[in-house]
Amino acid sequence: MTEPVLQLDGLQKNFGGLRVTDNVTLEILPGELHALIGPNGAGKTTLISQISGLLPSDGGRIFFAGRDVTRLPPDLRAHMGLARSFQITSVLPGFTALENVALAVQAHSGSSYRFFANASKERALNEPAMAALAEVGLAARADVRAAHLSHGEKRALELAIALAMQPKLLLLDEPMAGTGREETERLVAVLRRLKGRFPMLLVEHDMTAVFALADRISVLIYGRILASGSPAEVRADPQVVTAYLGEEME
Amino acid sequence: MAQATLPLSETAAKPPRRYAGLAVPILIFGVFAMVPVLAQFGTESFLLSLVGRVMIFAIAALALDLLVGYGALVSFGHAAFIGIGAYAVGILSKHGVEEAMISLPVALAASALFAWLTGIVCLRTRGVYFIMITLAFGQMAFFTASSLAPYGGDDGLTIASRNTLFGVPLLENDRFFYYLIFTCMLGTYLLCRAIVNSRFGRVFRGAMENETRMATLGFEVYRFRLAAYVIAGAIGGMSGFLLANATEFVSPAYMSWQRSGELLIMVILGGIGTLNGAIVGTAAFLLLEEWLSGLTEHWKMIFGPFLVLMVLFLRGGLSGLADRIFGSRSRD
Ligand SMILES: Nc1ncnc2c1ncn2[C@@H]1O[C@H](COP(=O)(O)OP(=O)(O)OP(=O)(O)O)[C@@H](O)[C@H]1O
Ligand SMILES: [Mg+2]
Repeated sequence: MTEPVLQLDGLQKNFGGLRVTDNVTLEILPGELHALIGPNGAGKTTLISQISGLLPSDGGRIFFAGRDVTRLPPDLRAHMGLARSFQITSVLPGFTALENVALAVQAHSGSSYRFFANASKERALNEPAMAALAEVGLAARADVRAAHLSHGEKRALELAIALAMQPKLLLLDEPMAGTGREETERLVAVLRRLKGRFPMLLVEHDMTAVFALADRISVLIYGRILASGSPAEVRADPQVVTAYLGEEME
Repeated sequence: MAQATLPLSETAAKPPRRYAGLAVPILIFGVFAMVPVLAQFGTESFLLSLVGRVMIFAIAALALDLLVGYGALVSFGHAAFIGIGAYAVGILSKHGVEEAMISLPVALAASALFAWLTGIVCLRTRGVYFIMITLAFGQMAFFTASSLAPYGGDDGLTIASRNTLFGVPLLENDRFFYYLIFTCMLGTYLLCRAIVNSRFGRVFRGAMENETRMATLGFEVYRFRLAAYVIAGAIGGMSGFLLANATEFVSPAYMSWQRSGELLIMVILGGIGTLNGAIVGTAAFLLLEEWLSGLTEHWKMIFGPFLVLMVLFLRGGLSGLADRIFGSRSRD
């Protein structure tokens, strides 16, 4: 009996008259890489935002690490070990890559109400931050301001920030979005290394990557979970093929 | 100790930038420290009081730069803190309490309390709303002071004599008082500089850059902003304490919205988010005002457009200009 890390129970979200999350029930098990796929506008990002606490839910419940977090603000969920990356890069542009990641480390180690000591000299922040940067292949770019990184490097930085939070669950919203062939391959390799170390909910349009990485896949269409199962089951599901995979695979 | 050089060593090995940022502050504080030495060859008491006044406002401007330049919190009510600090000195003095070791803590506590109470409300808002509501609280403080009939109301309150320090009338000595202000300004500068680079400062600056990201990292940015607002308020109170002692007078005009606006102009003129700029901008503003008003009675017709032009065309303020001239970057 493994307790799921994350459990969504009948989750709802409406934008005006538009139902964007429609009774979503989903479980993420310890150690699994769970992919969430679906066409544009299906509500994947919305669901990630509900789980991370940036969007309030209109109904249903979210359990994380055995606790009901439905009404918890995002910062407290982050403290519990919920880390997310953003589809549209969301880093601190004026901070260096290292500072971006060090801030994520700082959030989870010791008080941030320290007013005097220079944070950039703190080994306890810089070393774990460097380790996370090395993990995604950004170590050599540590001192470059995030604003000056290339798009692919920013995607890698998003990942490093999430890693540095010592997460109990990673929510990755299209980590490869907009990257070229080579960078996509590099990021897939990074995800493969991370697999098993952290449970992950991975939103991704790249089906080659999804079927190569995922332990289980859920398909979201118009805010509903259409199917959920192993890659083989999902690939064989005729509903999924007509609704989504047919077009994506060609 | 074997692991003393991890991968960090290669990134940390960039010494040239280390001391580059020190030249400007050393120059600034060097000049202020030398003023009394040079002043003895001229009209000493006039110069000491003029430059002392510059430093008093620079203290408040430093705190304002902390909010505006590192937190994007454009406070239009900053003069209220100066006024509250000044009234603490005035009111205590009227009741016979003339000891700085009492009036300074009271000034700091009163302005910090006001910052905390108003910050709870102001910091729920953003952008233009924040500007408007800080302005409103500033006006509230102004009208409250105007209606304090026992303490002079509109006319203000004359203070019998400067505060004593440990019972000794040291502040009556103009040079001693000048260096006391100097020490306060230096302390404020070092404090603000430390805060900016601290763990706290990182969160505060991060909140300015990307609030959503900060929340998903686990920071409740509101609390950090409130703490910074209280610190800035207390520093404003210290400025007010010094101002009341310098002028031996307090009045509601100390917290007028015009004064708050002038403080913002000082910071913008010097270059926001540099701290050095807050001091340079204050000095430029007050010295220019002094010089022009001595030149012609229509000085405001020159001063106003001048400020507008400076703010419009001098991107990065005076410290930005200095950076371009000397080719250095006082902030990276
Ligand atoms: N803040 C909002 N207000 C109103 N409608 C919104 C809002 N955010 C998203 N929507 C709508 O909700 C639907 C789902 O959007 P969402 O971004 O969650 O889709 P997605 O599955 O992430 O799509 P994509 O694959 O393109 O990233 C879309 O129709 C979108 O227009
Ligand atoms: Mg999306």
